[in-house]
Amino acid sequence: MDQTDQTDQTDQTGHPDQTPSTAASGASQPFFGPQNPGATGGKGSGLASWIFSTDHKRIGLLYLGLIGLMFTVALVLGLILRLKLMTPGSTLLTPQQYNAMFTLHGVIMVFMVVIPSIPASFGNIFLPLQIGANDVSFPRLNNFSWWLYVLGMTLAITSIFTGAGAPDTGWTFYVPFSERTTTNVSLAVIAVFILGFSSILTGLNFITTVHRLRTPGMTWKKLPLFVWSLYATGWIQVLATPILGITALLIFAERVLHLGLFDPGLGGDPLLYQHLFWIYSHPAVYIMILPAMGVISEIIPVFARKPIFGYNMIAFSSLAIAFAGSLVWAHHMFTSGMSDTAVLVFSFLTFVVAIPSAIKVFNWLSTLYKGSISLDPPLLFSLGFIFMFSIGGLTGLVLGAAGTDIHVHDTYFVVAHFHYVIFGGTGLGMFAAMHYWFPKVFGRMYDHGRAAWAFWLILLGMNVLYFPMFIMGLQGMPRRYYDYLPQYAPLQMLSTWGSWLLAVGLGLMFWNLYRGCRFGPRATQNPWGGATLEWTLPTPLPHEAFHHDPEAPEPYDYKGINPDG
Amino acid sequence: MTTSTGMTDKHGAHEAQHGPLSYRLLLGIWLGLMALTATTITATRIDLGFLNVVAAMGIASAKAGLVIFFFMHLKYENRLIKGMALTAFVILAIAIGLTFVDVGYRY
Ligand code: HEM
Ligand SMILES: [Cu+2]
Repeated sequence: MDQTDQTDQTDQTGHPDQTPSTAASGASQPFFGPQNPGATGGKGSGLASWIFSTDHKRIGLLYLGLIGLMFTVALVLGLILRLKLMTPGSTLLTPQQYNAMFTLHGVIMVFMVVIPSIPASFGNIFLPLQIGANDVSFPRLNNFSWWLYVLGMTLAITSIFTGAGAPDTGWTFYVPFSERTTTNVSLAVIAVFILGFSSILTGLNFITTVHRLRTPGMTWKKLPLFVWSLYATGWIQVLATPILGITALLIFAERVLHLGLFDPGLGGDPLLYQHLFWIYSHPAVYIMILPAMGVISEIIPVFARKPIFGYNMIAFSSLAIAFAGSLVWAHHMFTSGMSDTAVLVFSFLTFVVAIPSAIKVFNWLSTLYKGSISLDPPLLFSLGFIFMFSIGGLTGLVLGAAGTDIHVHDTYFVVAHFHYVIFGGTGLGMFAAMHYWFPKVFGRMYDHGRAAWAFWLILLGMNVLYFPMFIMGLQGMPRRYYDYLPQYAPLQMLSTWGSWLLAVGLGLMFWNLYRGCRFGPRATQNPWGGATLEWTLPTPLPHEAFHHDPEAPEPYDYKGINPDG
Repeated sequence: MTTSTGMTDKHGAHEAQHGPLSYRLLLGIWLGLMALTATTITATRIDLGFLNVVAAMGIASAKAGLVIFFFMHLKYENRLIKGMALTAFVILAIAIGLTFVDVGYRY
């Protein structure tokens, strides 16, 4: 593979007449952030220059903005749900509103926030830069995939306010209910279909970019681990997402044409739907977590000033997760009435996929061991990731064991599990990325003390919010219920308090980042002392990053590299 | 942008090396596809039991293969591209196979 790819390298040298000293350009105008006084040129800053931009950095920021917006919307929905559940009985929402609200919370969070989160934003900005390329392979396709995202988002939001009410099926759209409900499911699944295409195109772009645009000398063993993780993610996006697309279309067809694919009344098989849905949606959880793992693998060595422990195993485990993760989907169906043979096989395979995840955790910890650690905000969020992901991953094994899953399936235990891995894992990974690359993207620095406060509030809030759900789940509290027995009242109350702590922490974090972006001190070129290529570029990033193919560095060798901030 | 333009040029050069496929070959493949379609239809009229499904799927796969290899030029691509296309089908086969672990063993 190596040889073929290296010979395929295209000539990226746009301007051979530039100074050869560094890979970076000093003269051109930053693409964003504080502008150099007196500098002219650049691509302008009008709205059209952004939304039709083919510049991977701008597209990354466009994604980041919309993802942030959607995150806020779904977060508010979640807080309202928690407020409703604070006390038993019929308060605040009607049951129908409650059903619609948890559906929207899930659909928005999964398809519009967590799936695109890190790849579409920071992946877009830093994947090309880390391999020494000036853009992704297909810049226009990149812009198109953002527009698909906008279209899908618009349709999803339209589905709330049109038709006979907002969808109320849960984000899983399980049949037969999703075929029979009169709410606006048809439009919502079309939105999911379109969002899926956006994700596929991003994945395709990344795979091609990694194969074709690496700077000469950047062998597969010199790829930053963030790039490795995005590469593995890209494959899942390309191979698994079409199945989601077709499944969404089939739901639509069932509703409109009554084909009888899933409806037992018409000779269909409802379990077929669950298979199809999870064939995508389990791999999708790795689309969510792998990029976050990549971010953590970048941050830990930088702040421990030590080469990453077990580079090969981390890179390999990304591929192993991508592959093995596509073989475990039916662990969501242990109680559905599928065959016992399938229960056995899928339970076994689920335990297999836990191995590569654990490999990563041990490698991160070994990297920290005897390192020279500085507890800056990016590292704090990364440590939070390891803590939360470990709890989430280990409880995943409780669910993966068929015997225990029969007891806790569709209870709060599952809700706690996936919030630990998704919010505690991908969420904190995203926040870690935001704090790590912030100075490079925005050209300014945020307040470190306030960031640390926000981190501890978020960590505490998450645990107060979700840990009681493990206990309630074990006690038998079903998920997606509008009301509950009095015995759950104290823990439900505690959980809601946790949601407020979390909201305050998130508010503080975003406010701090906003302040940093507007008024923070100018950031230096390499404030953390990273060794990957993006830190050789000026801050903020110039429009055109490399005028010459840069030399491929050892991504985790910190000899002679010091933080300059 | 420079990079992408470079890519396209290179790709163009690459295509030119092989030249376009001859009309005779394309016509032959089209006739082959037609013949296979006819076979599919004929096969449904004979009761082969379970083998009806196998036959339909087998013929459909053969047709898809012809389209991918010749009309979509996979035959003339390098091993990397071939490997990637193959991966997709292997994953698909595994997904279908594992589903049968359920469907095949239900009481
Ligand atoms: C060590 C790895 C993991 C294992 C063994 C595991 C196992 C499981 C199992 C068996 C279930 C089904 C529980 C049930 O419905 O009864 C489940 C649910 C779930 N998991 Fe995991 N999981 C793991 C990691 C993750 C990760 C990394 C994510 C996301 C980033 C994730 C997201 C979810 C979600 C969203 C659900 C609930 C889906 C739903 O029914 O709405 N899991 N997990
Ligand atoms: Cu799963």
